[in-house]
Amino acid sequence: MSAISMKVNGKAVCGTVEPRTLLVEFLRENLGLTGTHVGCDTSQCGACVVHVNGKAIKSCTALAVACDGAEVTTVEGLAKNGKLHPMQEAFREHHGLQCGFCTPGMLMAAVDLVKRKGKKLDEATIRHELEGNICRCTGYHNIVKAIQAGAENM
Amino acid sequence: MSDTGIGARVKRKEDHRFITGKGQYTDDINLKDQTYAYFVRSPYAHATIKSIKIPKWKPEDGVVGVFTGDHVAEDKIGGLICGWMIHSKDGSPMKAGPHPILAQGKVRYVGDHVAVVVAESKEQAKAAAARINVSYGELPHVVDAAKAAKSAAQIHDVAPNNTVFEWSLGDKTATDAAFSRAHHVTKLDIVNNRLIPNAMEPRAAIGSWDAGNDHYTLYTTSQNPHVARLVISAFHGLAPEHKLRVIAPDVGGGFGSKIFIYAEEVVCVWASKRIGGRPIKWTAERTESFLADAHGRDHVTHAELAMDAQGRILGLKCHTIAGMGAYLSTFASCVPTYLYATLLSGQYAIPAIYAEVDAVYTNTAPVDAYRGAGRPEATYVVERIVETAAREMKIDPAEFRRRNFVKSFPHQTPVIMTYDAGDYDASLEKALEIADYRGFAQRKAAAAKKGKLRGIGFANYIEACGIAPSAAVGSLGAGVGLWESAEVRVNPVGTVEILTGSHSHGQGHETTFAQLVSDRLGVDINTVSIVHGDTDKVQFGMGTYGSRSGAVGMTAIAKALDKVEAKAKKVAAHVMEAAEGDIEFKNGTFSVKGTDKKMAFGEVALAAYVAHKFPTSEIEPGLKESAFHDPTNFTFPAGCHICEVEIDRDTGVTEIVNWTAVDDFGTVINPMIVEGQVHGGITQGVGQALTEGCVYDPDSGQLITGSYMDYCMPRASDVPSFKLDFTETKCPSNPLGMKGCGEAGAIAAPAAVMNAVTDALGVRDLPMPASPHTVWKALHATKMAAE
Ligand code: FES
Ligand code: FES
Repeated sequence: MSAISMKVNGKAVCGTVEPRTLLVEFLRENLGLTGTHVGCDTSQCGACVVHVNGKAIKSCTALAVACDGAEVTTVEGLAKNGKLHPMQEAFREHHGLQCGFCTPGMLMAAVDLVKRKGKKLDEATIRHELEGNICRCTGYHNIVKAIQAGAENM
Repeated sequence: MSDTGIGARVKRKEDHRFITGKGQYTDDINLKDQTYAYFVRSPYAHATIKSIKIPKWKPEDGVVGVFTGDHVAEDKIGGLICGWMIHSKDGSPMKAGPHPILAQGKVRYVGDHVAVVVAESKEQAKAAAARINVSYGELPHVVDAAKAAKSAAQIHDVAPNNTVFEWSLGDKTATDAAFSRAHHVTKLDIVNNRLIPNAMEPRAAIGSWDAGNDHYTLYTTSQNPHVARLVISAFHGLAPEHKLRVIAPDVGGGFGSKIFIYAEEVVCVWASKRIGGRPIKWTAERTESFLADAHGRDHVTHAELAMDAQGRILGLKCHTIAGMGAYLSTFASCVPTYLYATLLSGQYAIPAIYAEVDAVYTNTAPVDAYRGAGRPEATYVVERIVETAAREMKIDPAEFRRRNFVKSFPHQTPVIMTYDAGDYDASLEKALEIADYRGFAQRKAAAAKKGKLRGIGFANYIEACGIAPSAAVGSLGAGVGLWESAEVRVNPVGTVEILTGSHSHGQGHETTFAQLVSDRLGVDINTVSIVHGDTDKVQFGMGTYGSRSGAVGMTAIAKALDKVEAKAKKVAAHVMEAAEGDIEFKNGTFSVKGTDKKMAFGEVALAAYVAHKFPTSEIEPGLKESAFHDPTNFTFPAGCHICEVEIDRDTGVTEIVNWTAVDDFGTVINPMIVEGQVHGGITQGVGQALTEGCVYDPDSGQLITGSYMDYCMPRASDVPSFKLDFTETKCPSNPLGMKGCGEAGAIAAPAAVMNAVTDALGVRDLPMPASPHTVWKALHATKMAAE
């Protein structure tokens, strides 16, 4: 077991984990942050996307010990002081979610996408960039619209 | 229309918790003292279990218990059931083999549940499961439905030739006679590829037994928790219903796969007592979802269509082999029968239809309802063969369809259904216009200049939803009634709670049901909450599938709202000292006709609860009403989808460049939500047509497509933005006029895509999924044949 500490959604946290504990398990089981989901076991669905040191990663594919000392943002940390993040607003406004299971990962991937590619995103870019996020409900149509609108408001 | 009433694009009330990470899915719940389950699964397609050797555990292994089929037998826990009896042509009942919750003596597919390990942690449970040594004796197996009847494998003793039933529908003599008069007959062999549902939330369960009260609780990823409770009580015999609470909290998509009662959830709740009442949690790994969720489709069909010289359809006959997997899942038997062959008339006036369906066991995961359930298979047969017939007879495919449409209603088909309302011309014409059908030849020529092959395809689907009148389904073999229940609780302050037997797992009921209440009672939508998914709160319900929550579930709510209004009028009459007949209710206000006396809805609610101003010997205090609604007919959503594709000659990649959908769902409560359902449905159908396909290796019986590495889910880049529109004919069999929209896209899309792809390639047929490899092979085959 190793002791680790990190900053999650702006708060200092610590815990003891096994060497094999995944970041997503640490977030969900140790910290009770169940907004980050697990949808697969081959690193493809993107339900688990969080930001580590400002970059989007799949938290099912990172070891918790490897994130020792890191700054982590999960979906629970997107809204600030009770105000929704523009991307969250846009998903609601454009009906970018149905069952909501892929949504946390979609949101975190989308925010990262805007950081990398800017606020003016065309449809083709968004669709291409969503390669690592699977949604079974929405057919992506409204997710694409939501990301486009959310990006402009960020 | 108010801005929160029927027809308004109200933003979803449930979204806030999902976008902030505060949803409560089953795996997000942890109970005190919880243990974890891991299942030992069969690595063989078909084998006897010779022995199960369990090691001596050390404390550090963390094992709390290991249970096998012997323990299940000891406790006399019943097997999984199939709740719909189908009789063969010869009158014999279907051959349902036993399906124990943990295997007894034999395994029948890769992934079959053999034993369960319960341990202190997930990791310990998994590690211990790997150390359990099961010795198997391999038996011959078969995974291909078309080969099952003649295979050396004998999967269930009760089912010779692995045949579950040989069923038929329609008039054979009349159909043969129609064919003998035919000017032209089109024949087509069609495979409806097997699919794996893949809701993004894997199945999960937490079972617990309360020793103090001898009471069980089960949290589970279910589309119909009351049915789960009923089955676990009545058939598994675990506990009577009042001693079992089933909760289905937020559920991350279902698409049919979470209707069924599965072994894992029953094991968790049963085994909790075995370990003294500590809760047992199980969450499927995605690999297990692939192996052990009920799959969909798997039909092999030969169809023939007879036409007169003008291209009018005289008759349809088809023979289908339906793969059921290794066991009959909860509703498996009704899918390839009453949900399939009853829709073979499509949107067309076909005088004679005859269908035969042979259902067979194979050594694969059970097959059951998946988005559309039988209706996509029917639509695929009808729309592929109609398209092929039009091409063979050199009639424009739109014109061919127009000539054959049902034009007057009600229309009795030769296969049970009575279509009650529709306007198929209207949806076709609107779709042709939006898709710019006339300009297609030009677009095709332009594509050819870029070296691309462009094709266009239609699907004029019909489906039967709102499942269904209880007496009717009972006479066809259903073990349950298919009504829905609702309770309206008005609180003393005038806020409203709706308890419904429908279950939302993405459909947005918390919004659409509240819209109905806001519309009917004139109250603020934010004062309405929807309660569902808990057998301790909701009296009873049949759950959500078959696009039934609007037509059946909301009708039950509407009926209860009528009763609330009637009672509130009585109360208001007493309080305002007027005759009951003079009370009017509009926009949330009760008023006395011809006076300026009025009371707001909330004031009447309070008056009903304080009960000061009316004789309680005549009117009971309180304001709470319930209703059960049994539908009088199926509903018949229908529409026209047009798909346009461009195919790259060099790579075989198919790109969908245009999608038009014009659907008639009757009354639409919230167009934003309905459009979302259509988008999602189309994409699942596009997945079936272009990317998805479940493959078992015939030699080893192993599932080849057992992860997202091998099973290709449609991604954002596989689909375009869709052009959607609606036509509307009200459904006459429910007061709201609703038909249902949840499955339409998945029903229409495969045929639309494949009609477009075959049009582009100039081939008769192509197997789904039309992957780049399949398309490339077809391109080269035609090229080679031409050379
Ligand atoms: S859980 Fe699927 S990619 Fe991480
Ligand atoms: S909203 Fe259900 S998986 Fe995306």
